Amino acid sequence: MMAHWQHYHVPQTVAEAVALLERYDGGARVVGGGTDLLLDIAQGRAPAPQALVDPTRIEGLGGIGREDGFVVIGCGATHTAINRNPDIVAHGTCLAESSGVIGGPQVRNVATLAGNIAHAMPAGDGTIGLLALAGEVETVDASGRRWRPLADVFLGPGSSAIDHHRALLIRMRFLPTVEGEGSAFYRVMRPQGVALPMISMAARLQADADGTIAAARVTIAPAGPVPCLSEAASDTLVGSPAGREAFEAAAQAALGSLSLRDSKYRASRAYREEMVRTHLPKVLSVAAERAAGARIEPWGEGK
Amino acid sequence: MSRLNLTVNGRPVELDVPESRYLAEVLREDLRLTGTKIGCNEAECGICTVLVDGTPVNSCVYPAFKAQGATIETVENLSTDGQLHPLQQAFLDHGAVQCGICTPGILMTSKALLDEKSAAGEVVTETDVRVALKDTSCRCTGYQSVVRAVLQASGQEVPPYIPETRAPQGEVGRAQPNPDALAKITGQARFSDDYEFPGMLHARTLRAGVPHARIVSINASAARALPGVHAVLTHEDVPGRNRHGLVNIDWPVLCDDKVRYVGDAVAIVAADDRETAAAALERIEVQYDELPPVTSATEAFDAGAPVVHEDWPDGNLLKHIKVAKGDIETGFEDADVIVDRTYRTPTVEHLFLEPECSVGVPAGYDPSTWGGDSDAQAKRGERSVHDKTTVYVGSQIPYQDREQVAAALGTEPEKVRIVATLMGGGFGGKEDVAGQIHVALLAEATGRPVKMLYSRQESLLFHPKRHATVIRIRTGATRDGKLTAVQSTIYGDGGAYASLSEKVLTRATTHASGPYDVPHVKVDCLAAYTNNAPCGAFRGFGVSQSCFAVESNMDILAGELGIDAVELRRMNTLDVGSVTCTGQTMRESVGLNECIERVDADMRDDGFRWSWEEGSSRFAWGLAVGYKNTGLGGGAPDKATAEVGLWLDENDEPRAEVRTSSAELGQGLPAVLAACAAEELGLPRDRVAVLLGDTDYCPDGGPTTASRQTYVSGNAARYAARTLKKRLAASANPGSSLAERVAGAVSQGIPTTAQYEYWAPETQPLGTGGDMHFAFGFCAQAVLCEIDMGTGEVRVRKVIAAHDVGRAINPLTLEGQVEGGIVMCIGYALMEHFIQEQGRPWTNVMARYSAPRIAHAPEIVSHIVEHETADGPFGAKGVGELPSIPTSAAITNAIQRATGVRVRSLPVDQDALLRAIREGEREIELGWGDRESIPFVRFKE
Repeated sequence: MMAHWQHYHVPQTVAEAVALLERYDGGARVVGGGTDLLLDIAQGRAPAPQALVDPTRIEGLGGIGREDGFVVIGCGATHTAINRNPDIVAHGTCLAESSGVIGGPQVRNVATLAGNIAHAMPAGDGTIGLLALAGEVETVDASGRRWRPLADVFLGPGSSAIDHHRALLIRMRFLPTVEGEGSAFYRVMRPQGVALPMISMAARLQADADGTIAAARVTIAPAGPVPCLSEAASDTLVGSPAGREAFEAAAQAALGSLSLRDSKYRASRAYREEMVRTHLPKVLSVAAERAAGARIEPWGEGK
Repeated sequence: MSRLNLTVNGRPVELDVPESRYLAEVLREDLRLTGTKIGCNEAECGICTVLVDGTPVNSCVYPAFKAQGATIETVENLSTDGQLHPLQQAFLDHGAVQCGICTPGILMTSKALLDEKSAAGEVVTETDVRVALKDTSCRCTGYQSVVRAVLQASGQEVPPYIPETRAPQGEVGRAQPNPDALAKITGQARFSDDYEFPGMLHARTLRAGVPHARIVSINASAARALPGVHAVLTHEDVPGRNRHGLVNIDWPVLCDDKVRYVGDAVAIVAADDRETAAAALERIEVQYDELPPVTSATEAFDAGAPVVHEDWPDGNLLKHIKVAKGDIETGFEDADVIVDRTYRTPTVEHLFLEPECSVGVPAGYDPSTWGGDSDAQAKRGERSVHDKTTVYVGSQIPYQDREQVAAALGTEPEKVRIVATLMGGGFGGKEDVAGQIHVALLAEATGRPVKMLYSRQESLLFHPKRHATVIRIRTGATRDGKLTAVQSTIYGDGGAYASLSEKVLTRATTHASGPYDVPHVKVDCLAAYTNNAPCGAFRGFGVSQSCFAVESNMDILAGELGIDAVELRRMNTLDVGSVTCTGQTMRESVGLNECIERVDADMRDDGFRWSWEEGSSRFAWGLAVGYKNTGLGGGAPDKATAEVGLWLDENDEPRAEVRTSSAELGQGLPAVLAACAAEELGLPRDRVAVLLGDTDYCPDGGPTTASRQTYVSGNAARYAARTLKKRLAASANPGSSLAERVAGAVSQGIPTTAQYEYWAPETQPLGTGGDMHFAFGFCAQAVLCEIDMGTGEVRVRKVIAAHDVGRAINPLTLEGQVEGGIVMCIGYALMEHFIQEQGRPWTNVMARYSAPRIAHAPEIVSHIVEHETADGPFGAKGVGELPSIPTSAAITNAIQRATGVRVRSLPVDQDALLRAIREGEREIELGWGDRESIPFVRFKE
């Protein structure tokens, strides 16, 4: 393989990482597991930076924990770690599920959720789980740290609001599902040579004791230039009794508001619409059952 | 350069290396731990897997400095103190090692699973194995043996799956691991890229990048001026013949007047390293005058179509192949029911997991000149002095490589030597020369060894594929199910150069009425030159294509006649006494009916149903049968020569070696040759070594193609052994031991080496009506498919197969061929399509080409049928291609039964299938990657 960068830095502190980015003044780029970025560079889809800055070993950013009531995920956390984390399995199930089906085991062992978000792909099958959970991300640059909603990060295909030459995405967080809440994820792949899902769906639901849906977040991708939250589906659900009728209505509402597209070799628009029509109700149903306290094993490979 | 600290296989290492290094490069190049292989550089195939602090990662895209301070484990560390790791032993016992290129990655991924489960005190389940190995690819085994081996290694009682065969006769019929398997599981096996000669340069190829153009000018002066560049060669620098080819000599070594596909080689560079060579490529200026491309076989003959080869007298018609038997008009007049359909099959990539690599060594090379060790005794390798231009390569046809390299160098074949290295899969894709000629030219131009390693992306772009076809086929039968006529017209896309198109498409044509006794047959095949990637040999060799059409039509016919699909086939099978569509009378060894019986009996167990529903899925069985010639046939001289030598070892025990140029692709030829020779000599098999593919030391075994080597080289080894044994007996006392006879011969000056040139029974050219082939293998396969009616996803759940192989010489490696072949054909049916748009590959990275992974591999139940053929070694005939022939039709037959939808283009597209199910369509013409319906085909008059 070609020499694509001259320096590979593994800073130990956030300050050190920020200083490195400052020092290179735009010539460095942040890398997580590298399983997308390094291929983009090798195959000419991204320019080769002078230096790579790898924040995955920064003290305190490698793990998953609780802070201020949030589940907080460090930028060093791999998809494997997220998929297996008991807290996320129990209280952010759709994220555990989506993290368990990206790539293969070797990729999930190094690829980070932070990297997946920064890559900002419309298919975003890793990110829509976090988006359904109303996740937030924390970035840091020379001007300091700030939290912002995940949805604000995505600008377009492969384009994020985080300047990966000058800023780091260091943590992600979401409020864990509590009693009366549940989430679920599902996606459809084809076996042929397209390493991206035909469609992915995730949902987080909150139901009252009488089964009325109190809150809902439904995400679908690819359904536009960025991973997409279907407000129409959420609006349809809120106030309705959890059940097939509401779920099917939500799917119809989602279809009415989303721009599902024909994409050559990946999926036809008709197929995607059919998947939303038939499978979004299933995702919602699993989320609702979980909200009602049912223990449904996380979906994933081998299931 | 920066300091990198690692603990590798228990040993601390400190290295000063560039920070741009990947972990795989550090292991392979800096530490020379070449057990770790690189298959794609895309994190797709997983064969480069090593453990970083116990976790499996793809080392080919893992930055070395990300591993700073980490503990690395590679395959070289698996066995301790000469004791094999349980995984290694299990892989040997189960035959889970074929070509061996993926084996290190699979072993390391599996080790991590076993370690994790054992630490957690949990039992390893089959699901665990399938999840862990999800993205660690193997193109050879079909995964069943891998799953079972890993389960056994975890401490469970899982015996190797070996089908029942006739009782062994001495060494023949005994299940044995291939002799080279041990080196492959310990990381010691050496493939071409594992060779590193002192003073070696690295080469790259400038490819056309445009599908069809006239070359106006080539200016390489800037590239030649780049520091670190040692040679830049264009067509002007080819001293001999600037064309190569296995049948037609039409493929430029380096393009001169025109380029005919995007992968065409225009210039080659040798430099100090690959980076410099790549930089040099960018400095070569080529001016093209672009021409419109020919993009499909069905358009190649249109009036006004661009012409690919102006000097070819028939325009874009590479060959019109004809088969005729009886009178086709009469045949259809006799028919009560006629089924007339058109099918399409895709261009398919071999995806052997080892990209092509050749190393050229110039005549007169002495490693000591470049600071290496020189060993006067060394016959080959980095320490030997090379007296001729030598090419190290994993090739299917070493002697033809030698001839083609010599022709380009403008020298005699005897002045060139080909040394076969291990081959990381071939499947037909390593028959045409790849870098062999280029490294020879560069080695002679620079006076230094030169390595040309293709990246995965370059391999995809460059090498010949399986032919895309459009096949119209009309099948006629009487009301009671007797076939009366088959008429077919086949369009085959040969791509830019002839390669083996004529041979492949002849096989498609001669097998186009299926393994049936049909009185009236007419088949025409039009092989086209186009500006797509050249197409050549690929396991199944044209028959995979025509079988899909034949066996789809048979199921439609069964439906229209209201006859059971198995029964309809049984009523029409070829048997001893039948006459094939080429006029050949079958005299023996036709085990097709027994194959059908065995599969049918197994399939129709208690409570059998053709189809049923379960939840949101429908399940259905589908069946197809197939046959495939053994050997070149068609009047081609089909011979193999082998040499057997005997000597006494340090304990005065006799040992033997079989030598022939025939190639091992992972199929298990050394085990077969050793068994054949051992049986004749009366030696245990482990005393018989096998040396393959060194043209200075091995006689010509001919091409490793056409499922022929067990038959021809097996016979050659057997007769050479017999000749030698007779010679020794003639000069010895009756009753003396083999050891005494060897000693006696040596003392009397009688040679203890014998060669035998084995000629297979003569065949006749197509059209003469005689024996087109000297043997055929037969098979039947029943496939259980599950179709998710909510998504259209198709899964193959189980395959029951029966293969008539004449005689099972080594049931373990035979079963490996069966399982691997079936899974490869599942890929053909459901996954694989090398997509080209206007002559440019959309499939330009491995991420755009999926072949079966462990998740796609079903349970396989295998029956071996042994209808011996008189001239085969111990009755054996070929099996290499047979399993890859009927599976695709069996799958679409199952899909039809489950969903009511007939799929006529491969690979099956779940998107189109689901929409057809929803809309009540009964037939679909779009496979995945197809943009247009199947073109209308007029039968050729």
